[in-house]
Amino acid sequence: MNKIKNIPDAPLAPKVSRFTESCRLFKNNRLSILGFITFIIFFFIAVTGLFLTSGNNPVFDPARIRLHEKLRPPMSRPNPGTLKTSEIPPFGIYFMGTDELGRDLFARMLQGAWVSLTVGFVAVGISVIVGIFMGGIAGYFGQKHIRFDQIIITCILFSGGALLFMGARHSGVKLLIIGHACLFFFIIFKVVWRKKAMPGWIRILRKNAISIDTLIMRIVDIMLCFPGFFLILTVIALLPASIYNIMIVIGLTSWMGTTRFVRADFLSLREQDFVTAARALGVSNFRIIFRHMMPNAITPVLISATIGVATAILTEAGLSFLGFGVPPPHATWGNILSNGKNYIFDAPWLTFIPGTAILTVVLSFNLFGEGLREILNPKLRDRY
Amino acid sequence: MLSFIGRNIIQKIVTLFFVSVISFLIIHLAPGKPTQVDPMNPRFTPELVEKFKKEFHLDKPLYKQYLIFYKDLLTGETVSWKDNQPVLEKIWERFLNSLPLFIVGTLLTWTLSFPVGIHSAIYRGGIYDRSATFFSYLLISIPGFFFAYILIAFVVTRLHVPVIGMETFGLGNRFWLNMVMDRLWHLLLPSILGATGGIAILSRYVRGQMLEVEGEDYVRTARAKGLPPEQVHYKHALRNALLPFVTMFGLILPGLIGGSVIIESIFSWPGMGRMAYEAILARDYPVILTVNFLSAALVLAGTFVSDILYLIVDPRIRL
Repeated sequence: MNKIKNIPDAPLAPKVSRFTESCRLFKNNRLSILGFITFIIFFFIAVTGLFLTSGNNPVFDPARIRLHEKLRPPMSRPNPGTLKTSEIPPFGIYFMGTDELGRDLFARMLQGAWVSLTVGFVAVGISVIVGIFMGGIAGYFGQKHIRFDQIIITCILFSGGALLFMGARHSGVKLLIIGHACLFFFIIFKVVWRKKAMPGWIRILRKNAISIDTLIMRIVDIMLCFPGFFLILTVIALLPASIYNIMIVIGLTSWMGTTRFVRADFLSLREQDFVTAARALGVSNFRIIFRHMMPNAITPVLISATIGVATAILTEAGLSFLGFGVPPPHATWGNILSNGKNYIFDAPWLTFIPGTAILTVVLSFNLFGEGLREILNPKLRDRY
Repeated sequence: MLSFIGRNIIQKIVTLFFVSVISFLIIHLAPGKPTQVDPMNPRFTPELVEKFKKEFHLDKPLYKQYLIFYKDLLTGETVSWKDNQPVLEKIWERFLNSLPLFIVGTLLTWTLSFPVGIHSAIYRGGIYDRSATFFSYLLISIPGFFFAYILIAFVVTRLHVPVIGMETFGLGNRFWLNMVMDRLWHLLLPSILGATGGIAILSRYVRGQMLEVEGEDYVRTARAKGLPPEQVHYKHALRNALLPFVTMFGLILPGLIGGSVIIESIFSWPGMGRMAYEAILARDYPVILTVNFLSAALVLAGTFVSDILYLIVDPRIRL
């Protein structure tokens, strides 16, 4: 031991941890700093907006209609003669003007900030969770195979459940019973034939049909075949209008990228020594996946999630524009903009304020995400 | 090679089958019935609803409906529920309207994004690169319809050119040049709008590829042995950076049928996207399903083409 210590200082690589190195690179990337700061500001505005515009007696009332005061330009003062005292906006001024019903645009924008933020984050949250789950299974358990009998039983049970759900009671219950019987049958037969040779037809059923990896990746391929925005539009148009449906549908149609990232990372991580060591220690699969492997694979997921939030906000605005967005009591930037477009020549602020707001926020997310990507991609670093 | 192609095609057909099943299920299991589209219409008596259901096989079980629908689709007999027109003919007509938009948009995208991307990669970190980066993010982030309204407001108020629709209504028998100019003006804005996102994304991608290749050892070698910079950039680096883009030609295909719903509705352009949107509003299931099926088929065809192109272009891949 002592001998090693006595060796004169060998030339060592400068000791810089990955985090400090990334921080240094991040500081050099001015655009992504700008994006990050804008994002923080937006977050605070959204949270304060939530407090200022909700409750029974909000400070800024986004729903107060003043028909005398419609389409007033920004920074104009309300006319005290025609308004009750409760109708006068705080500070006695319309910061961003009023819309076609005389509602205070500033209050509506404040309320919309929170809605846009939640739509973006919840949708991306759903897609990241689904993506990590599917990708994790495909990467970690990918080499395992599913047998024919398992596929058949799952199909029977699922179609039984679907029929039951659709209202066809009789055939649904029948299918469910058949499915459970098959399940039972196979479990029993597995025990019975542990020693004896199985008959041929059962052996065919117990052949490996498809590996889990192939299955999940084919599901991803299938999902990628659907035309994105059109699929979202179809589903949203068929479902009842609600803010939750929009989040769920956007989330469930955008998890494929995450799945691919996570799977690719897991395929290389599962061969590494620390995973073998963890398995040798008897750590459970669940813990290996989430405590040991996931932290090593999470970076690309987070980057794509940042950009995903931007895309989700844009998608929501597009849906609002076509009339399928978040339904009226909630103001979102998308539906303020799509109402405002009818007055683009008379009241341009109704178009330009929400439009610029969406642009700024989406831009900040994109800049931040791309900045992160550039920092964490070693191939793009300066080499000379 | 042949076995690869064969396996690939079989795989794609299986995928297409599942896509057809899933899109059928999504549409038919969603709440609401196509017979309830217009419940307030006094002419929509229960007898009529029954007749409607019988006519379009809505009284049969779901799997039979599925078989009937796809049999009709593959033999080209599907009719729209709304106006009894053959769906494929309808789509073809709208497709021809969308085609000029698609062609001009694609040309703009591919001709503009390469110079921009290559230039900003070569002068990495310079003022040009930084402003190009910022502008491409700006174009990615701007909501399409907001940008459309800015452009419309600008063109209509400053240049006094009508831009809504495919042509100006009631132009009559003017000189042919006027007609052509009119058509071009109407074509210009929607195609620019359709191309902006593509230009921004593709030029970023070109830049990224180019940067990656510029960092390779063989480029450094080329520079070290004193080749002129043009030769290093365009002969050594660019050729290798172009590889992924050859395969992207295949991925243009799906754009053929998509058509942008939002842009076409803003400009009242009677194209595919708008037809699909109207079909969704009217719950015209055959049209929705056919558009879905065709676009899925095109996506698969596109990935197939790009796989094949990759095989041809990249000598490192051998099967």
